[in-house]
Amino acid sequence: MAKFDRARFDVLVIGGGPAGLAAASRAGQHGATVGIVDDNPKLGGQIWRATCEQEHPQTARWSEQLRRANVTVFAGTRVLHQIEPGVLLAEQMQSAHELRYDKLVLATGARERFLPFPGWTLPNVFGAGGLQAMVKCGLPVIGKRVLVAGSGPLLLAVAAYLRNCGARILMICEQTSARALAQFGLSLWREPAKLAQAFRLKKDLAGIPFATRSWPVEAHGSEALESVAISRGGKGEAIACDYLACGFHLIPNTELAALLGCTIENGYVSVSDLQETSVPGVFCAGEPTGIGGVELALIEGQIAGLVAAGQIADARQLSRQRRKALCFARGLEQTFKLNPELQKLAKAETIVCRCEDVTYSRLRPYHSWTAAKLQTRCGMGACQGRVCGPATQFLFKWNPDSVRPPIFPARVESLALRATAATNS
Amino acid sequence: MPERVTVTVNGARVDVACGSTVAVAMILAGQPCRASVNGESRGPLCAMGICFECCVAINGVPHRRSCQVFCENGMEVRTDG
Amino acid sequence: MSDDGYEVAIVGAGIVGAACADEFARRGLRVILIDREAVGSGATAAGMGHIVVMDDSDAQFALTHYSQRLWQSLRPELPEDVEYDQCGTIWVAADEEEMAEVRRKADYYSERNLVTDVLDEAQLKTLEPNLRPALAGGLLVPDDGVLYPPCAARVLAERAQQHGAKLQLGCAVERMEQGCVQMSDGHEIRAEFLVNAAGAVAPALTPGLEVKKRKGHLVITDRYPKFLRHQLVELGYLKNAHAVTADSVAFNVQPRRTGQILIGSSRQYGAEDKEVDHDILSRMLQRSQEYMPALGSMSAMRTWTGFRAATPDKLPLIGPWPGDKSLFLATGHEGLGITTSLGTARILVDQITGAQPEIPIEPYLPSRNAKEQVHA
Ligand SMILES: Cc1cc2nc3c(=O)[nH]c(=O)nc-3n(C[C@H](O)[C@H](O)[C@H](O)COP(=O)(O)OP(=O)(O)OC[C@H]3O[C@@H](n4cnc5c(N)ncnc54)[C@H](O)[C@@H]3O)c2cc1C
Ligand SMILES: Cc1cc2nc3c(=O)[nH]c(=O)nc-3n(C[C@H](O)[C@H](O)[C@H](O)COP(=O)(O)OP(=O)(O)OC[C@H]3O[C@@H](n4cnc5c(N)ncnc54)[C@H](O)[C@@H]3O)c2cc1C
Ligand code: FES
Repeated sequence: MAKFDRARFDVLVIGGGPAGLAAASRAGQHGATVGIVDDNPKLGGQIWRATCEQEHPQTARWSEQLRRANVTVFAGTRVLHQIEPGVLLAEQMQSAHELRYDKLVLATGARERFLPFPGWTLPNVFGAGGLQAMVKCGLPVIGKRVLVAGSGPLLLAVAAYLRNCGARILMICEQTSARALAQFGLSLWREPAKLAQAFRLKKDLAGIPFATRSWPVEAHGSEALESVAISRGGKGEAIACDYLACGFHLIPNTELAALLGCTIENGYVSVSDLQETSVPGVFCAGEPTGIGGVELALIEGQIAGLVAAGQIADARQLSRQRRKALCFARGLEQTFKLNPELQKLAKAETIVCRCEDVTYSRLRPYHSWTAAKLQTRCGMGACQGRVCGPATQFLFKWNPDSVRPPIFPARVESLALRATAATNS
Repeated sequence: MPERVTVTVNGARVDVACGSTVAVAMILAGQPCRASVNGESRGPLCAMGICFECCVAINGVPHRRSCQVFCENGMEVRTDG
Repeated sequence: MSDDGYEVAIVGAGIVGAACADEFARRGLRVILIDREAVGSGATAAGMGHIVVMDDSDAQFALTHYSQRLWQSLRPELPEDVEYDQCGTIWVAADEEEMAEVRRKADYYSERNLVTDVLDEAQLKTLEPNLRPALAGGLLVPDDGVLYPPCAARVLAERAQQHGAKLQLGCAVERMEQGCVQMSDGHEIRAEFLVNAAGAVAPALTPGLEVKKRKGHLVITDRYPKFLRHQLVELGYLKNAHAVTADSVAFNVQPRRTGQILIGSSRQYGAEDKEVDHDILSRMLQRSQEYMPALGSMSAMRTWTGFRAATPDKLPLIGPWPGDKSLFLATGHEGLGITTSLGTARILVDQITGAQPEIPIEPYLPSRNAKEQVHA
């Protein structure tokens, strides 16, 4: 029988990436009882993910602040549901928790967007951030031939990281145009920190071919990946490789916000200057409010933590920084907008829903996500549409349907907890 | 703490760096994680707990996301589905 | 015949409306089937898809038994995605009192030529090893089955289309009376006969109709092939389902073709919103674990709710609506509409075409309640 715990917090933070760490430590510094929850077994989120050897130095720094502020950490813990206003249900490997809060900060981050193309289901085709995470979690890539493809600044960070770990980066294929990138580059002059980062990467990336208006057309291999056919500025090319690291920019994780009833506009959680969502007492920070990178995530997280702990004046001092970082975020979105040509990558027999093996041709006849889902099982699998939802939104312009609990698959006993606890007491 | 840990994947021993996830052990073992509904081999995609392509049975419990679980000595991993 | 050339306009493309459209079209009538959303997107998308014979009343038995045979004869024509599986039902008896009910049920069914098998504790254990120990026994009804309702509805709608029926989706109907269906965009469709098959929201189109929403919750797990073989329903369900007022939960689990397990069930009156009610959900799952402890560690992938269309006497409304000679009803199927859709379609079309129905239709006529009031 699973263990069952109850806990109560003045401020509860969901997500242990930069935004969540900043929110929890700021709230904690001001005397609030704070808890922080993350699905990953270690804190740090995506960018500050720990490696086998060590915690990321930034995570270590913020974790130290969490310790000083007596913040309770729930790692390897996923939030499943809000079972009544102010009470979240969360699950660990062997236990379940009812977490009560006065104020809630959602810092649930983003995931990669995956687009279907023939062969994308082959083993050793990873997300770009996906392969990076695998390497941080112990996968050796010394001497491995890696093709990095898709879209977004993440591709550069991943290529640089993998190269430093000994991989041979064959090429970076970016779907957006050189022109869009140049415009974005110009605007970076207004962002010294970003620029420094870009330059640093430039050195790390020296000698790696960088192709714009380029993308994978088909991944080949019998049991696992062997080669990738790409379209490079309109021309075909075949590249033999061990791994394909492919992601098309980022999609915010808004499931929990949606479940709580927060207003979501154009895919992002709507927030005020003080990170307040439309639901009183619920704040949101980091990628769910707009894909803006780590600086913005940190600022938003601090604001959310401070306001949640009642320190509004302190929070307001960060407004200017926030506005500046927001400009960068808008630029990102424009620059890495998907080329409509990518809609043609999926062929009739290409699998779109990986959980249920639903092909493009089976989805084509339907007019809505709901109808397609009911008839083909697309989106009914374990990922709950996290992969095929954004893909079909791009391919067919379908709008995903409402979010239902549990927002992650959960053990039956965790969902039964309420009644079990009532029976036992 | 030991530098390496050993798990079994479908009965075969696999040696990984301490702190590696089970998903990594699957790749080092040269094994896909699961068979899809129509029998295709699948391995990890997102490595962040979102896609569920890396699900395996760990110590007899099926449908565990191998990218979210660290290897421990003696862990028994089997291909899912 | 009307200007539009339709003899029949059916509102609601759930499994009931789709079955009616199929039946009308195959008997040569010109039909239009209208839905505000997609085929099978209402209660039909939420239902368990248990094709089950029930005996709360003689009339319920007659319609469910008749319908189940119709499903069996349709079976060879059903494509893979309907997932028809004749897995059988086991009514699980927890104690001697419920075993007495098993024997009563067995007698009732066998008097009506339906094969059943009374199981003792050991036989039950053999058939379903994952049930908890120390249950009294059960009743196996081997002819019962399960299917996937939205695809079944689609197949029926497609069959109707192959026989000339027109399908109009994405059109909300505002009013239907006196041979005219009015859409919310102002468009009108005329037909000699109108069929209200709008499920639990049928009263919005036919005021005065005694149909109430009865909310249910379901949970589906990941794939666990061979864990469960039959649809299992606790006999305590009878006691529970009969309680018309209180919220109730019952152990009711179903093996899907996919290897997934569908866990039910709950019944609530007066709940109008679609939200998952966590207290009911957790009670329902707790109940399922009491019968099948191993369910507890399984991965639940999704939960949802749906509304059954409940009538005061728990029988559907099939036939003419008094007061409007163009209007017919096909609703009020409560928790059995997937099963009884085919029987409903047959006897409704029989009534309209003047054919001889194969079972007595009086218990389902919408006028029955009015009659009772006169007699009372
Ligand atoms: C795969 C990936 C790799 C990236 N790599 C880089 C990089 O190398 N360099 C770079 O500059 N930027 C990178 N980024 C972008 C970077 O993550 C963001 O710019 C920024 O750091 C986001 O911070 P955050 O706190 O908003 O979100 P994140 O860092 O994404 O943190 C969100 C956290 O919330 C947790 N979470 C979500 N939902 C739940 C729930 N229901 N229950 C419990 N926990 C939950 C997640 O597990 C996650 O740890 C990457 C993004 C992704 C998606
Ligand atoms: C939790 C649960 C479990 C169940 N399990 C079973 C089971 O195991 N076996 C079984 O036999 N039955 C079961 N049922 C019952 C079964 O699902 C229903 O009886 C059946 O689906 C009813 O079908 P219907 O076509 O009458 O209604 P619906 O499927 O609700 O169809 C009505 C249609 O009308 C449309 N509509 C409504 N108003 C308008 C309008 N104004 N304009 C246009 N269109 C409109 C809707 O969009 C909808 O598509 C269950 C029900 C629930 C809720
Ligand atoms: S690789 Fe996507 S969930 Fe593990």
